[in-house]
Amino acid sequence: MSGDKILSVDRLAMRFGGIVAVQDLSFAAERKKITALIGPNGAGKTTVFNCITGFYKPSGGAIRLSHDGGSTIALERLNDFRIAKQAKVARTFQNIRLFPGMTALENLMVAQHNALMRASGFTFLGLIGAPRYRDAEKRAIDLATDWLKRVNLLDRADDAAGNFAYGDQRRLEIARAMCTEPALLCLDEPAAGLNARESAALSELLLSIRDELGTSILLIEHDMSVVMEISDHIVVMDHGVKIAEGTPREVRDDPKVIAAYLGADEEEAAAVMEGGS
Amino acid sequence: MKAGPGIPSILKTAFVNALIALVLFSLMVGIRTEAGASGQLTYWTRFGELVSLVAAVFGGSIVLELLRQWIGPTGAEKLVPPAVKSGMSFIGRYVAAALLIFTLLVPVIFYNQRYILDLAILVLTYVMLGWGLNVVVGLAGLLDLGYVAFYAVGAYSYGLLATNFGWSFWVCLPLAGILAAFWGVLLGFPVLRLRGDYLAIVTLAFGEIIRLVIINWQELTGGPNGVSGIPRPSFFGIPLDNSDDGLAAKLGIEYSPTHRIVFLFYLILALALLTNWATIRLRRLPIGRAWEALREDEVACRALGINTTTTKLTAFATGAMFGGFAGAFFATRQGFISPESFTFQESALVLAIVVLGGMGSQLGVALSALAMIGGFELFRSLETYRMLVFGMAMVLIMIWRPRGLIGHRAPTVYLTKANAISSDLVKEGHG
Repeated sequence: MSGDKILSVDRLAMRFGGIVAVQDLSFAAERKKITALIGPNGAGKTTVFNCITGFYKPSGGAIRLSHDGGSTIALERLNDFRIAKQAKVARTFQNIRLFPGMTALENLMVAQHNALMRASGFTFLGLIGAPRYRDAEKRAIDLATDWLKRVNLLDRADDAAGNFAYGDQRRLEIARAMCTEPALLCLDEPAAGLNARESAALSELLLSIRDELGTSILLIEHDMSVVMEISDHIVVMDHGVKIAEGTPREVRDDPKVIAAYLGADEEEAAAVMEGGS
Repeated sequence: MKAGPGIPSILKTAFVNALIALVLFSLMVGIRTEAGASGQLTYWTRFGELVSLVAAVFGGSIVLELLRQWIGPTGAEKLVPPAVKSGMSFIGRYVAAALLIFTLLVPVIFYNQRYILDLAILVLTYVMLGWGLNVVVGLAGLLDLGYVAFYAVGAYSYGLLATNFGWSFWVCLPLAGILAAFWGVLLGFPVLRLRGDYLAIVTLAFGEIIRLVIINWQELTGGPNGVSGIPRPSFFGIPLDNSDDGLAAKLGIEYSPTHRIVFLFYLILALALLTNWATIRLRRLPIGRAWEALREDEVACRALGINTTTTKLTAFATGAMFGGFAGAFFATRQGFISPESFTFQESALVLAIVVLGGMGSQLGVALSALAMIGGFELFRSLETYRMLVFGMAMVLIMIWRPRGLIGHRAPTVYLTKANAISSDLVKEGHG
């Protein structure tokens, strides 16, 4: 694989007691590209995600994130919030984790916490209502408004996020992750529970994030129609190890991938075939 | 409407209720015990009263069940007719301003009623404590059962600094706040990893530790004897007494002890309003939003790069600081403090005020402090039944308003319209 890598995972291993969830996994995600991580249920995809985003500390291996400026950060050494704050890796969750009692706008404002914290002089300037903070807040609202427009939720900006329909919550969560202005966006099954029309809209949204903003995306997904359509590169996992990688076309024709899906679940194997044709 | 349960079921419910009443009241009411003339135990039975109570419960259960069937399976809120509701929302818009104006006028209206002024000062102290604890429990969602510890730290800070070094109230007030905040952070560190019930238990223990340290560290705190002779506050250096330098003499008016009470009233009002202003302001700042986000979902906060450790610590410190201010005020008002004033009872009372008011709501906390402290005084004439009536009132309010008096959340920022958020969506936290 050639090109500019934003994320390189090298010999990643994750063990929970005696259970090996991920073993000797190496792959890379290219800058300004969409990389998909697929595999049957229990293949260890979410574990890889949790290692990358700092929710788990890997048992072994290295995860390197290189920023545009050339600086490289060892993600396995940073813990939880610092990965989002310093390494600029944002993520969404398989089971949506919005702030249900806060409005859509507030959700997006919380995402800009660190920038606003600095602008508010760690609260002291904000408390006395300094103009510098007011400007920063206005800009933050503008950014949030912009994202609400992009995910088509502007008219619901002042409604509680917990009241949103499932598909809207998914899009809002992506918008919230993007409001942290990440270098790498990690999406954990963004199309789960969406209908065909919503999936298509999601694909469009992800492509626009890649093309217009140049944000690199790493996603886990079961919906093959989404994966095959938008991914530039696919990594296939099964039982904690990588079994194949390549372009959607290469992966689709790989006998090992077909076997993995057939072995795991016939329907999923059929979905792989269908999604590609 | 679906037909409710038949007569046998109603009778069964009533019978069970009557049975429970019989068991409870047979000892509480049925047998009366008293110490006799020579100290021996005398007792006599009161079966008449027992029977009438059980019968009342039986009859009441039937009426309640019939009412329930007649109204149908609706939430308690729907019992309120729409006209009353719209009236209430109209009142709701102006109630905060009206309350504030009334509070400002209290010393004018009740100038000669020392009892009411004292009560008002007490209510305001609890309003302030409620608002302080609201930052920790209502906004950040961290259940704190040891809030009285910070109240004690504030009170003893002022008491000891003033009696030992002769520092004035206005110097000690910020120091009391800072020291309480410092202890808030100290408490915060070990409990950061804890959630829910475990957090509550550790904070409860912390409250007790502070009290026990105060009791046992005799050389510093005077132990169970407390600290006495704490100076009264001065009007920015001018004492409020009968001397020639006193405020009354300087203003050329006749001295009255009420002056000091009125001054204390406005002092605690100012402190409470400061707490309120700061809290409202903080809510709209990133730190306040982070507190609320923490209450909603801690994992999501971490994924957004929010440092949950410092966020929790600032919540503890801010709440503790206001508790410390209130404690310093308490010390200067009483002139005497002892560990007895800082028992778990106080923590529970302040927490009850916050929960009853509606967690996170400033107005709700103020109203519930008024209801809890003022209401408790209101039932004074009922003597022995005071606790009973008070408890029943609390139960009724919690049935009517399970999420507190003010059960909705106001957004901190909006594009077009600030829609109130139903309390059903707002998480309670305790994380």
